[in-house]
Amino acid sequence: MLNYEHAQQKGKCLLWTGARVAEEALVAVLARKTIAIEPRDGGVPAVSMRGLGLSFGGSGSTRRVILEGIDLDVREGEFLSIVGASGSGKTSLLRILAGLIRPSAGEASFRGQAITGPSRDRAIVFQDYSKALLPWRTVRANIALGLEARGVAREAQTPIIDELLDRTGLAHAADNYPAQLSGGMQQRVQIARCLAQQPEILLMDEPFGALDALTRQTLQDEILFLASDKRITIVFITHDLEEAIYLGDRVVVLGGSPARVMQTVEIDLPRPRNQLTTREDPRFLAHRHRLFTLLANERGAGRIKSAAQRDKK
Amino acid sequence: MSRLLRGAIVPLLLLGAWEIASRAGLAFDTLSRPSEILAALLSGLSDGSILIATAQTFNAALLGLAIAAVIGILVGTVLGLSPRLEGITGPSIEALRPIPAVAFMPLALMMFGFGIGLEASIVSYACVWPILIVTVSAVREIEPRLLDVADVMEMTFAEKLRKIILPAAFARINVGLRVGAGIALVVAVTTEVVLNPRGLGYSLILAQQSLDVALMYAQLLWLCVVGYLLNAALRALGGGSALAWRPAG
Repeated sequence: MLNYEHAQQKGKCLLWTGARVAEEALVAVLARKTIAIEPRDGGVPAVSMRGLGLSFGGSGSTRRVILEGIDLDVREGEFLSIVGASGSGKTSLLRILAGLIRPSAGEASFRGQAITGPSRDRAIVFQDYSKALLPWRTVRANIALGLEARGVAREAQTPIIDELLDRTGLAHAADNYPAQLSGGMQQRVQIARCLAQQPEILLMDEPFGALDALTRQTLQDEILFLASDKRITIVFITHDLEEAIYLGDRVVVLGGSPARVMQTVEIDLPRPRNQLTTREDPRFLAHRHRLFTLLANERGAGRIKSAAQRDKK
Repeated sequence: MSRLLRGAIVPLLLLGAWEIASRAGLAFDTLSRPSEILAALLSGLSDGSILIATAQTFNAALLGLAIAAVIGILVGTVLGLSPRLEGITGPSIEALRPIPAVAFMPLALMMFGFGIGLEASIVSYACVWPILIVTVSAVREIEPRLLDVADVMEMTFAEKLRKIILPAAFARINVGLRVGAGIALVVAVTTEVVLNPRGLGYSLILAQQSLDVALMYAQLLWLCVVGYLLNAALRALGGGSALAWRPAG
């Protein structure tokens, strides 16, 4: 690709040209990606986004455009990873899918129905697990919240909760309060609560971002197991490229400002995946190499673009 | 236990000195002997007069506090959830709040006559403000993520209130209630001393008018005891099992 450091040395004029070239490259990437989003089996996708855009503030200089022209489908039963640099609008995109915010342009739909508000069919696992749990409820009672949402009778709750506690490795902590648990355990509680909702789709917003490496790997494998066990559709946001590839059937790269879909990559790695062999697989490394380069260039382009804007003023 | 005994040394010595000094002839009209005060308190308790007066004062104070709590928590929750509404009502609240509750005594007397209504209305006016203001800020500062959770669970407003908002704001609302309880007792007794012929405040006035100084001191001592017990009861109510989830320290 372009050697931006060299371009920087050549002066402002060249800098600006560099930015233009990067922009054109981006447009070219965007044009290609539309082809990649066709659903594989021709059926109705679980989630479909068309021309999705999001902006804050009114008009004029206070207006901030976060997302623009997002066209993306999520297939039924798919594990879709979305990566992007921090501040690239990943979380906003997920909040739109959860129905917690409304897009300012375009439409997101779930199984053909426009998403107009939150629904317990679309569970969301928040990154900040410590804030998302009810601190005055025990682990058991937090999980029960998901069952209460479904209207499960109190007597019928206990066996379901016991099973979920078992499946998420929380059985010994059932009667503890969230503040008494480690971060990894708290995130497990949140995942269990979301599963208790019996959602059609699980939206995960950098769920393991705040955890240590070892806990993160354990939870990655647990979520893969849960996903294959229940054939649940998952949209997984992360800033960790390797995590995205390791978990996903596809990886979508968000980038640019406002953010668009830059690239969609099919991950052809066999399942079940393994923390050692999968990560050593040449295909894994090739994906990593390609996506890393894409993200690095995108960061470089962003820097040069903002430098060029500064110079124009 | 030893700390309690050590804390009791100074008051006991003072009381002893006071008793000895007054028996030795160092007497004032406005000061009676500890032994007389104790005797007055015991006789008041045994003939039931102090207990009846206490019940009257507490009836009015608790009724007023309850009215204030219902209004304060309800309105405070609504205003806490809606910054726009709070912006509209804020100036009115700030204008009404500084009026001393006891200034409403003449008006309340015209509206309710003597009795519990007069007292409870003034108590509730005095108590509603701290409860309201604490509730507004407690609700406003609820973790927004918890409200997200409520939305994703498709909770109705009533469920959201019961399962998320009130538990999340409970600890701070409870502080407002405790502040309110202290005010309630002060205002109830004040109303009785000044105007309302019932309760401990009126007993004080009666004792003063019959120049029964020992009984006055006995009633003051009694007020000290019930005030302390009231606050302890509210603290136990709020700080006990309901807040077990809070990490220690």
